Amino acid sequence: MSDYTLSEAATALRDGSVSSRELTDAALDRAAKSEAELHAFLTLAHDGARSSAEAADTAFASGRDAGAFQGIPVALKDNLVTQGIATTAASQILAGWVPPYDGTAVARLKDQGVVIVGKTNLDEFAMGSSTENSAFGPSRNPWNTDRVPGGSSGGSAIAVAAGSAVVGFGSDTGGSIRQPAALCGVVGMKPTYGLVSRYGLIAFASSLDQIGPITRTVEDSVTALEAVAGHDPLDATSYRGDRPGFRDGFESGVRGLKIGVVRELTGEGFEPDVEAAVRRTVDLLSDAGAEVVEVSIPSVDVSLSAYYLIAPAECSANLARFDGVRYGLRRDGETVEEMMTATRADGFGPEVTRRILLGTYALSAGYYDAFYGQAQKVRTVVIREFEEAYRQVDVLVSATAPTTAFEIGSKTQDPLSMYLSDICTIPSNLTGHPAISVPVGLDRHSLPVGFQIMAPALGEAVLFRVARAVEQAVAFEARPPLLEEWS
Amino acid sequence: MSWEPVIGIEVHVELLTDSKMFCGCRVDFGAAPNTNICPVCLALPGALPVPNEQAIEWIVQIGLALNCTITRESIFHRKNYFYADLPKNYQISQYDIPVCSGGHLDVEIDGETVRVAINRVHQEEDTGKSIHMGGGGRIHSAEATLLDFNRAGVPLIEIVSEPDIFSPAHARAYAQQLRDVVLSLGVSDARLEEGSMRFDANVSIRPEGDTKLGAKVEVKNMNSFRSLERALDFEIIRQTEAIEAGQRIEQETRHWDEEAGVTRAMRSKEGSSDYRYFPEPDLVPIVVSDEWREQIRSMLPELPHQRRWRYIELGLEAHAASVLVAGEADVAVLFEEAVGLGADPKQTANWLSGETTAYLRRNNTSIDQTGLTAAYLAEMTGMLADGKLSATAAKEVLTGVIDHEGSPGEVAAARDLIQISDTSAIETAVDAVLASNPEALETLRSGDMKPFGYLVGQVMRATSGKADPKVVNEILRDRASQ
Repeated sequence: MSDYTLSEAATALRDGSVSSRELTDAALDRAAKSEAELHAFLTLAHDGARSSAEAADTAFASGRDAGAFQGIPVALKDNLVTQGIATTAASQILAGWVPPYDGTAVARLKDQGVVIVGKTNLDEFAMGSSTENSAFGPSRNPWNTDRVPGGSSGGSAIAVAAGSAVVGFGSDTGGSIRQPAALCGVVGMKPTYGLVSRYGLIAFASSLDQIGPITRTVEDSVTALEAVAGHDPLDATSYRGDRPGFRDGFESGVRGLKIGVVRELTGEGFEPDVEAAVRRTVDLLSDAGAEVVEVSIPSVDVSLSAYYLIAPAECSANLARFDGVRYGLRRDGETVEEMMTATRADGFGPEVTRRILLGTYALSAGYYDAFYGQAQKVRTVVIREFEEAYRQVDVLVSATAPTTAFEIGSKTQDPLSMYLSDICTIPSNLTGHPAISVPVGLDRHSLPVGFQIMAPALGEAVLFRVARAVEQAVAFEARPPLLEEWS
Repeated sequence: MSWEPVIGIEVHVELLTDSKMFCGCRVDFGAAPNTNICPVCLALPGALPVPNEQAIEWIVQIGLALNCTITRESIFHRKNYFYADLPKNYQISQYDIPVCSGGHLDVEIDGETVRVAINRVHQEEDTGKSIHMGGGGRIHSAEATLLDFNRAGVPLIEIVSEPDIFSPAHARAYAQQLRDVVLSLGVSDARLEEGSMRFDANVSIRPEGDTKLGAKVEVKNMNSFRSLERALDFEIIRQTEAIEAGQRIEQETRHWDEEAGVTRAMRSKEGSSDYRYFPEPDLVPIVVSDEWREQIRSMLPELPHQRRWRYIELGLEAHAASVLVAGEADVAVLFEEAVGLGADPKQTANWLSGETTAYLRRNNTSIDQTGLTAAYLAEMTGMLADGKLSATAAKEVLTGVIDHEGSPGEVAAARDLIQISDTSAIETAVDAVLASNPEALETLRSGDMKPFGYLVGQVMRATSGKADPKVVNEILRDRASQ
């Protein structure tokens, strides 16, 4: 029962073969059994979840149906603001803060009658690729608990992979949904920038952040995106046009589509098993009728550098509000300046501090043009090169990450090698384009490999169509071996 | 050597929009502390700004009134600095692409028109208010600081002049006229003492005739037009004396101390911030289309300088026109209505800016609390023209009308102020005076006009002063020539 997909659960709830209360109890039970090993959650909302489940069951019983998420147990990354449920962004500086409001995506899920199982672990303020930067301790990969789950949305990816939630939501600034989904063997999707409101997402880098779903299947990814996407007057960067149809041609396969393999996202730094899984998937797409070509996007090589100037610059301002004055942690000081300094010095972890300092430096007088200004120019080039590529091909593909899940602690002393985990995912954040990671196999250590599909702005329909074709062609059925112990 | 001051002025104006700049909270300066707040203006985690369209419309109005170019796509920047009453620890402001740029304001000073070039008008948001408890209300000695975020996020515009002002009086006239423009647009209450309009001045001096600017000093904390002028006077003398004593002027920020009448250097740390401006990623460019701009232009009310010019064309003297334009709006409305009913513009303006304004000030009241109406003003100028009132009597009647004693006719009658301009009644009085002064009449008839004044006085006494002296003169002259 814990291992239902969203569409299976939705069907079972409606034909009466399962109740939301049963689904919720099963999810909470799975979390209770696995949490000591995985640490996916920062808060488990037992009582709230059970009462939401009962409300959903009452609604079903009286024939009310508010949407696909009615009665569905969901895990939310703990940088999504939830009214009445502590929201920490995995930072000491927000420890104990209980928000007085819901973010827009959360509110839309609640409008459908969702069951919030809990708030999931992340790298502090979503800054990291392994969920090791959490102030409340690292999470562990359900496929191998010596390994990281990826990050920063590690907790949500684990919850879905381990069956502690039917659907997870995360945020993706440089790959933070797709990379942990890849490392945990589930589907992770980053929508076109502006498609999902950022209102109520604790900002890391405003021009890059986007909320998206983590699911077991591509079909569920579409349904989850439909639930949260759409214009929001509370987010000035929210897309105002008509929402594109996400399901257009969903089951029509890849025959007639042109698929570009990004040359720069192969070779050095990529594990052989990852490369082999990607090649095998591309071959399957070719067999299914797609035309496959190699595409070169030279600026991919400088994307990482541009990203590590733009994201820290924005974060240096976004995180300025955490000063001890209005909420969260406060350390005493003789003056206001001393209070703020002590609060921030104690409240932020080392990676967050590093990025705030980087960003502050990049924006400083005399350095702006050389750093932030230059990075924005590179960003423009990246966008232009991707747009040019999409004039030749329908989608671009690559591995989601150059490696499978790495060992806990193996990269924490080397930020640069950690940053390289996001080499494949960062370009889509710089361009604002949609991308998805679909599991396509296991490496020699029985760790999942993710395959990334990228599409042009608002190209969700073709993105999901190719992802669905990949899912069918590879028929990835494996589940984490430890599930046996937690059932 | 002779020195020339160069002054530039930055004016902040709070807009009285219905809601704040980036959220739906009400703008209400009288509200209890921290009642008009929400996740956005408190900068709770996850909250995002959305621009207020009314504020954009109003800054475009101001820009057009100041002859600025309106930018089709302007952008917001973040101005980063830490301060307890700045919730996000950055202010959303504008930097290199403001809504309005390159305008001017023609300033009247001593009857002359001097043009002040305006660099830009940009949109930003206000901070909250810090209230320092104990220690004389100063931050460094306070025991505690309370924060009120009602003002946080209130739309603020900044009007930046070029260094195009060359005397403190000129600066004052510019500031006053700018306030008149803002008031005439109805976009702010522009109260200096409450801080809804605030000035900072940049001042430097240079040898007369030089074109290079000297090191500039920013002067803050002037809460009235008078203190703006005083602070600049002080600062110019201070800089001149310093330079003549061989010192260098430091580029710094100085605080005007109203009581002591001096400027004082603020801690240098506060003056030398690097604000690390960068484009605000939570907002998209503000687009003002040509159509919208022209629609706003077509709705602009008559501006003070335009109104002043119209009053001069109605026959008012330049000074009277300026007084009326700069005064309370309801007084000017009454003036316009009275003139519309046929009142003499010049006479009406004199009464309104003279006796009436003095009365309002003395009694701390407003024009609508008096008995004065447009119809009464028209009636009074009519009575004056018809000779029914003397200029002196008219002033007394005006006082009575203001005091709710009735219409000018009723007041004049009740106070027995109606002039006798009925020729036959005056003739009777003149003849009676002449009959009892035959020698004086003879003297007049012989061509010696010496007794003329005496005879006029006698007639006025006989009519208890109510005879129109003009008519008395005419009749007496007529009798003398017989």
